[in-house]
Amino acid sequence: MNGTEQGAGPHAGMNDLVERLWDASSAGDEYAAADAALAALDGGVDPEVFLLDVVAPVQARVGVEWAANRITVAQEHTATAINERVIGALAHHDAVRARRPADGAAARRATVACIDGEWHAMPARILSEVLRLRGWHVDYLGAQVPTPHLIAHLHQTGPEVVALSSSIITRLPTAHATITACQATGTPVLVGGAAYGGDGAYATLLGADAWASNGRAAAERLSGGQLSAPVPVHETIDDLPHLTDQEYTYVARTAPELVRFTLDGLEERFPDMAGYTDQQRRHTAEDIAFIVEFLGTALYLDEAEAFSGFLLWTAGILVARGVPAHSLLPALDLLDERLADFPRSRAILTHAHEVLRKSEVPGDGPAA
Amino acid sequence: MTEPTPGSGGLHELASEPNWKNAPHPVLSVDAAGVVAHANDVARLMLPVRPGEPLTEPRWLARAHAEAANGPVRGVAGARIFEACRTAADSGGHTVWWLSDVTEAQRLADRLAVERARALVLREASNELLSSLNLERCMEVTARLAARHLADAALVIMPKFGRRHPVTYCGPDGVAVREYLAVDTAALPGLAEALRGFPPVPSRWIDPAAAPGWVARRELGEAGAIVVIALPGHGVPAGALVLVRRRASCGFDDDGPGPAEDLEPAGGGGGFTEDEEAFARLFAARAGAAISAAGLYAEQASITDTLMRELLPPKTQRLDGVELAARYRPSGSRERIGGDFYDLHPAAEPEGEALVVLGDVCGKGLEAAVLTGKIRNTLQAVLPMADDHQRVLGILNEVLLNTDTTRYVTLALASVRRQGPQVWLRLTSAGHPPPLIIRVGGEVEAAATRGSLIGALDKVTSVTDTVVLEPGDTCLLYTDGITEARGGPLGEELFGEARLRRELAGCGGMPPEAVVERVHMLASQWAGAGFHDDMATIAITAPRRVHLSAVGGHGRGRFTA
Repeated sequence: MNGTEQGAGPHAGMNDLVERLWDASSAGDEYAAADAALAALDGGVDPEVFLLDVVAPVQARVGVEWAANRITVAQEHTATAINERVIGALAHHDAVRARRPADGAAARRATVACIDGEWHAMPARILSEVLRLRGWHVDYLGAQVPTPHLIAHLHQTGPEVVALSSSIITRLPTAHATITACQATGTPVLVGGAAYGGDGAYATLLGADAWASNGRAAAERLSGGQLSAPVPVHETIDDLPHLTDQEYTYVARTAPELVRFTLDGLEERFPDMAGYTDQQRRHTAEDIAFIVEFLGTALYLDEAEAFSGFLLWTAGILVARGVPAHSLLPALDLLDERLADFPRSRAILTHAHEVLRKSEVPGDGPAA
Repeated sequence: MTEPTPGSGGLHELASEPNWKNAPHPVLSVDAAGVVAHANDVARLMLPVRPGEPLTEPRWLARAHAEAANGPVRGVAGARIFEACRTAADSGGHTVWWLSDVTEAQRLADRLAVERARALVLREASNELLSSLNLERCMEVTARLAARHLADAALVIMPKFGRRHPVTYCGPDGVAVREYLAVDTAALPGLAEALRGFPPVPSRWIDPAAAPGWVARRELGEAGAIVVIALPGHGVPAGALVLVRRRASCGFDDDGPGPAEDLEPAGGGGGFTEDEEAFARLFAARAGAAISAAGLYAEQASITDTLMRELLPPKTQRLDGVELAARYRPSGSRERIGGDFYDLHPAAEPEGEALVVLGDVCGKGLEAAVLTGKIRNTLQAVLPMADDHQRVLGILNEVLLNTDTTRYVTLALASVRRQGPQVWLRLTSAGHPPPLIIRVGGEVEAAATRGSLIGALDKVTSVTDTVVLEPGDTCLLYTDGITEARGGPLGEELFGEARLRRELAGCGGMPPEAVVERVHMLASQWAGAGFHDDMATIAITAPRRVHLSAVGGHGRGRFTA
């Protein structure tokens, strides 16, 4: 969502608020952040609008600023924690309390959760708060919910819908298993988050019952009407028949070996790496592990762009940190060598190689 | 032998005897004007046709002729069903209709269609019912499927819960509605019996006109037939299924039997056939099993919930002038009750010490839950002695040794006291990883405390460390699920304390929620899809500046993820 649009309309005036909240939360100043939020509500800003057009854009900016190396990981977490506290503080404002349904009022019930391995809880938290403002009974389960616990919760509470948030594309295989398991309980699933792509194509691919591009769209979709019950018996392989070629399984299962092979290969090709510190070596191994993980995800989805997109993003991050982007190419070559018998893997690697070369920023030497 | 042809039909007299006269099937020829020219013996025997008279009966055949329909048509004549095929009109304009008796074939086809449809219903029922362990959802599915396939409306009625019966009703619109009704089940014959597990009351004993209004609802108009079927449970009845049909559905469609589009009867003067009732019982057996399984599950889950509630940390996370955040991530395994717990006892008096406890009980599930409860109760009781950690641990050890369990626990105790801008901590580890102190500038140090685990040895010893947190400093208590997470880029490597300390070096000055989030994120990423145990962390932070606002600590901790 974009809360920083210029011009008239409901977003006008939000820009200042976004800036104020951003300044406060990125500085770790809880009090300034909460003051800004409470003052906005005092001034008549609708709590839902504040959540969707101020908090959400600020949170989105946290990720952007981190990727651009303008804030540290510590600041990233701190800003997120401050934003969480701001939401907590809002709950006590009269404008929010007035919106709560009376006790005993029959409310529509939803479960909102992040799938296992997903720790970016803020979008799910915002959706929960917005639905509550709209009178829903929301069970917000937070970040990283193990699937068996989620399913047990669904059996116990029987919600009308479960909303699952995923921001990281490499979690999509897990998300797929979770979506299918939720549907098997007869509960329709709405998904959202950056992992599903800008147009939600992966949501369709993975058989979700509905997709929303942002918190507002999700709330609208759910308020609009009940989702129809999902097809009960349904296996993940039904959605993605290409998985029978076992390429995903192989890459996912042998990921540590692939990382080891690539790391050794790089050391052989670039004797300079012998001089790496432990820290540098560790970072190189982690980078390669990410590459392998994304390769696995691209195989799972059968989407070469999922992999090349990640490499371009990584290249951007590397460049922001003073590392030339083409340092990624030798790793791709080594994986290509290792996966010689896997046609889909090779096609994905070749595609990424081309995309990366075309976007090449001049530079020299391997690095990590 | 042909009957003499009456009337003016000179042409018919002239027409030569057809060569199909002795065919074993009904055959007739009809002229361009729609008058029957010839009909063989079989045709005249089985059909209401007379040569020389216009073809009016059977109506379906007359219609097919008039419409010059191509292809075979089917219809009833007398008690039989015929299929009729035409031959093209000859030069004299005569069309010959050949009929064959397909009564038996039709009966078999109908039967097959019914059986197929029933198999489909049972399959659908099994799929939908088996996938849910939610009682309300199972009742809804049962009512919906029954209303769609077995009747016009269906009710699933549960035994009384308090003073009312949980009822799910589904009408012809296919929408299942949950209700709680205070009704007298004796008003509908067979219902009270079904709910108590007595043999079924024959449906012919039920007078639909006398059925109470909550069964035969107004939207149905006049009820034609009602049947009550027990939903068999595990030894006890799970409830009852009531099927209601409108009088209209029980009527007779005289335009010949069509293909069996539905399981509802095409005739029979109203009510459910014996065959249909038998099938409804088959359906009810599955629904009953699913409903009682869901009931059992709900009961178990509520026991777990009660235990969990008992084990949950107190909701308040506010300590006087100290920031606190806790986070718990259960292991991915199916056990819903983990072995990690945490507790918070605020100070008894304003300047006093609060006590924070993080524990890790060996094992999981019910036994671990019971032990955790015992530990928490004991700690609560010995709270007045909390100024002496060693003594508290000694008492706890004795209590655990005196129970018949071989389980033990590791604990980290933190007594917390605000002193001006500083926070003073007394930290004791009993077989637990020592707490880590993250200074605002990023230095990380381990508290100098160690001690034996509790519940295994006759004597326990421990060393308590005193640590002062300056504004922005954080003390992190964590369970070994963090450091023992296995994985990493090369697999099978321990996350380990060294890595944890290195990562924490980047966390100086962070709010406690951010620290616990960061630690959980790193450990989970490290473990990836690999196994990890429960992970619990508590961060205690000295506020970076004096509290002026009332905002601090509103955010509820998410100890249960």
